[in-house]
Amino acid sequence: MVFILFVLLWKSVIFIFKFPEFILPQPETVFIEWYFLLKSGLLLNHTLVTLYETIAGFIIGVLLGLIPGYFIAKSKQVEQTLSPYLVALQTAPKIALAPLIVIWFGFGPLSKIVIVALIVFFPILVNTIVGIRSVDKNLLDLMKICKATRLQIFRFVELPAALPVLFAAFKTGITLAVIGAVVGEFIGANSGLGYLTIYAAGLMNTPQVFVAILQLTVLGIVLYLIIDVLESLMIPWYKNKGEKDVVRS
Amino acid sequence: MLLEVKDIGVTYTSKEKEVKALDGVSFKVESGDFFSIVGPSGCGKTTILKIIAGLINSTNGEILKPEDFEVGYVFQEHNLLEWRNVIDNVILPLEIKGVAKEESYKKAKKLLKLIDLKEFENVYPKDLSGGMKQRVAIARALICEPEVLLMDEPFGALDEPTRLKLNTELNRIWRKTKKTVIFVTHNVSEAVFLSNKVAILTKRPGKIKKILKIDLPEERNLKLLDSEKFIKLVLKIRKNLEYFKEK
Repeated sequence: MVFILFVLLWKSVIFIFKFPEFILPQPETVFIEWYFLLKSGLLLNHTLVTLYETIAGFIIGVLLGLIPGYFIAKSKQVEQTLSPYLVALQTAPKIALAPLIVIWFGFGPLSKIVIVALIVFFPILVNTIVGIRSVDKNLLDLMKICKATRLQIFRFVELPAALPVLFAAFKTGITLAVIGAVVGEFIGANSGLGYLTIYAAGLMNTPQVFVAILQLTVLGIVLYLIIDVLESLMIPWYKNKGEKDVVRS
Repeated sequence: MLLEVKDIGVTYTSKEKEVKALDGVSFKVESGDFFSIVGPSGCGKTTILKIIAGLINSTNGEILKPEDFEVGYVFQEHNLLEWRNVIDNVILPLEIKGVAKEESYKKAKKLLKLIDLKEFENVYPKDLSGGMKQRVAIARALICEPEVLLMDEPFGALDEPTRLKLNTELNRIWRKTKKTVIFVTHNVSEAVFLSNKVAILTKRPGKIKKILKIDLPEERNLKLLDSEKFIKLVLKIRKNLEYFKEK
């Protein structure tokens, strides 16, 4: 219903302002273009490249955030040693670093994976610290009385307690990851949806630009939904509860 | 004798000042005692329990206890893991010890029967009432068969009828299991109702002012609350507390 309204609005805007095809193509042109690009297998190839960069970079970024995040949350000393550098790293705009990373890591997927990992890492780090610190001190006392080991405390209490906050961070992270991959591809690449966008724009092939953007949107939504499903599978006890405060970068 | 607290003192040092929280606290707990500690808030009642549990160290004094001394601890907040259902919460201490699941579940089921929550083993904490949660916490504290059960104002956050109900229930559990209990509360009537001994603590720095034997039959019920003997005991303790004393 909303979709039909959207298409009608789209068509009427073109009708009123008499936009030529290369400014705003007719919706049916875009869908036909989408169909042919899909059929040729070209769109799928570009999508898979971007998907690979996004997921690989996301996983690396998550690991880079989780592990130091845990130790920073547990130790004041680690926090004092590391936090100035981490804040400096976060304050430097990573988009501005992207050209440098492409120079260092080449035009292939590797440079995009590095950019994605860098962008994802910080929100995960901050939320890991918040999550691990939010564990009730009495629960830790209880574990101490039961003579639990460090690993048991992590497994039975800290990890499950932090999961709701972590999943919120994963959701922010995955949308940032798609942005990171696309920016990397803008700067220098020979495949991927970001590359397709820039390439088509260079040829003034506006319908193809629209297709690439639509495809990116679908990709982002699907990835987000996957995390949403994982969340309800892994922390069913948390559903139907108000969302906790989440720190976003 | 099961446990002797000998001349325990705790001093916190902040920037310039030294704050004495506890000063020369001594008492003995016999096996099977229901030993309550009452006192004004901030007098260090909880600190005593935490020292016995080994969570904090005292500045001076010592605690004489048998080797392999194990405690069960019930907190003011129920402290259940919200991601585990009732029975998995109860077996947590055994799981940490590496006891086989089957055996743990068997023990847990027995305890759930004791606390009258047999039908709730698969329910998650968020679906339980405050009183039920606290009963689960008691079962969890009992599952390791500890030498002593330490309870830190476990019913402090409950409403009056629920508290009274749990008081009678705790009395029944105590009689049935013959557990030694050390119970901290600021509620004098609750202490008299449950205990066979009540220690009265002074204001900070906490000192034992008096230890009173509660000469009532082991089985307690709500009728007791109105009996003359009970009220006299409560008044006696209240006189010894310094609630209303001017500085």
